[in-house]
Amino acid sequence: MEPLRELTAVAAPLLRDNIDTDAIIPSREMKTVSKTGLADGLFAGWRYTAIGGREPDPAFVLNQPAYAGARILLGGVNFGCGSSREHAVWALHEHGIRAVIAPSFAPIFAANCIRNGIAPVRLSAEAVAALAAHVAVDPPSRLITVDIAGGEVRAGERLRYPFTLDAESRDMLLEGLDAIDLTLKHRADIDAFLVRDRTARPWIYLGAGTPAVNLSDSHP
Amino acid sequence: MAPRTLFDKIWGQHTVRDLADGVALLAIDRVFLHERTGSVALKGLADAGRTVLDPARVFCTMDHIVDTFPGRGDATRMPGGEAFILETRAAARAAGIRVFDVRDPQQGIVHVISPELGLALPGATIVCPDSHTCTQGALGALAWGIGSTEAEHALATGCLRVRRPRQLRITVEGRLAEGVTAKDLAIFILARHGVAGGDGCVVEYAGGAVRALDMEARMTLCNMATEFSAMTGIIAPDEVTFEYLRGRPYAPQGADWERAVVAWRDLAGDADAAFDREIRIDAAEVTPMVTWGTSPQHAVGVDAAVPVAEASGAAPEAYTRALRYMGLDAGQAIASLPITAAFIGSCTNSRLSDLRRAAAILRGRRVADGVRAICVPGSMTVKRAAEAEGLDKVFTDAGFEWRESGCSMCFFAGGESFGPRERVVSSTNRNFESRQGPETRTHIASPETVAASALAGHIADPRRIAGAPVPGGQG
Repeated sequence: MEPLRELTAVAAPLLRDNIDTDAIIPSREMKTVSKTGLADGLFAGWRYTAIGGREPDPAFVLNQPAYAGARILLGGVNFGCGSSREHAVWALHEHGIRAVIAPSFAPIFAANCIRNGIAPVRLSAEAVAALAAHVAVDPPSRLITVDIAGGEVRAGERLRYPFTLDAESRDMLLEGLDAIDLTLKHRADIDAFLVRDRTARPWIYLGAGTPAVNLSDSHP
Repeated sequence: MAPRTLFDKIWGQHTVRDLADGVALLAIDRVFLHERTGSVALKGLADAGRTVLDPARVFCTMDHIVDTFPGRGDATRMPGGEAFILETRAAARAAGIRVFDVRDPQQGIVHVISPELGLALPGATIVCPDSHTCTQGALGALAWGIGSTEAEHALATGCLRVRRPRQLRITVEGRLAEGVTAKDLAIFILARHGVAGGDGCVVEYAGGAVRALDMEARMTLCNMATEFSAMTGIIAPDEVTFEYLRGRPYAPQGADWERAVVAWRDLAGDADAAFDREIRIDAAEVTPMVTWGTSPQHAVGVDAAVPVAEASGAAPEAYTRALRYMGLDAGQAIASLPITAAFIGSCTNSRLSDLRRAAAILRGRRVADGVRAICVPGSMTVKRAAEAEGLDKVFTDAGFEWRESGCSMCFFAGGESFGPRERVVSSTNRNFESRQGPETRTHIASPETVAASALAGHIADPRRIAGAPVPGGQG
């Protein structure tokens, strides 16, 4: 995963509340068992003139020339709610988005962002609205800076909004770390836990994936 | 020791190591996968040259895009869908994971089969790349939805790096009235506190009305914790839980069972344990609920009307957009809205008790002309049990399709759908734009309300027709 330290880019406002992952990428656009090939499906229900079609709807923000190359998305409350599908984050990433700024995030979506090098930046609704207003004047020149290390969003001469990410998430983004590699450094702790826990809760540990009783005994 | 909540106890028991800033390395007891998002996790793991740490505690089912028509095989109506099934099967087998495959007698929706097989247990940590994993919190497990990358992490390490969430208790006092269900309570909470109301918290459902719910109703309640934007929902295990689990295929047996129950009795939170937030609800206020818009919080009582903007709880733009999408105007009576389809199924409401309650309304009656009605049992085990009671006959005699188990038309993946602008009343959990098909208009409700509406041909209050059956009547 590539590190994300500071990002200065065009920001596109999509200030609806409760934008769900079905909207970010409809299930019908998840066509293969893959983390890639998803960018065309991004916001497919809103971005094209017809469902299943590929003719851009000029009214949709990401289709407007002024927002070409946007790498930051400004969103509403509870961004990324609904399905856990990581395809929503993969599609955003493939489109070029590296930060989403919103008043709140659905928890699975926010975790998926961190694992894929996208910063989920939580700012007040007022701050997000102020950033959107700032950008709207001339999106290509009115860039927004997301400073992960400094914990601040900046725009123009005056807009300065501090934000917090937990240290773990911040370091993951800054260093582009692989969480599995990090965790496997604690393999000794994991093994010790499993030895203890097998004694404390033997019923958790199943052998060879076979049921302990006959299938015909199962009841609903 | 300071008083601890149920969550505190599970968190403490599973902490392998404290990492920085409130993040813990948490041991994961069960990982579930399905063909829609588990497939890509298994592929990612294999591509990275990693292996599954303990395949005996990982389970895979085919539920999301598997066909639900009788006589099904690997072929699905979703374009490209078969590849998901074939790739998942191959990857799961290569990893040594038990697969509840297309023709397996225990196949079903992951959050239906995990409890019914006794895989979900009190005090266990359970993850699945599926947002409705919170359903399994009903058994007193800490069960939550994750992404596919997180699933790879859990598979490879048996752990996840988790930031300790805040805790919210929702206490439901009193008793739900006759004809009011856990589904109505779940929607009521969303209508009152909004779909962002859970804000990443672990929600413990408590109070007399929750204790009075049977296990399957508790699953329905916890199922929609993700619609509340909670990390998950959880209910303290009690005698209802233990009785439900006793003798299930993967539940502990013999001496292990006795030991487990002793341990499980200690899981309930201490009396004076503190929560970060508290919500209280009077169960008597809850009535059968139906959504009118495109978010689960856009909901009112079945005997109410589509609200005006100011009373809708939605932002003005969202309100206007939702009404336009749904083809509704403020002030229209919910119970007057004509429907063309009715769906009973999904991880929210597809268990035997759900089907029994719907069947009690349908028995001896016929679905209204012009309504396509479908029932999809949540698992093959549920299906067999329902058939043993003759419920399938009740559904088919009433004019319902009776399907094989799976997620089916809870969501549209490019295959089957209800059609543009068709109005559907559905026992599912999401009424998002185009969720059940391009431009399909979904109203979510309890199975009882779906059944009553199917009979009436319009959205209907199940309490008004739950009495003596009228042969051939239209409800």
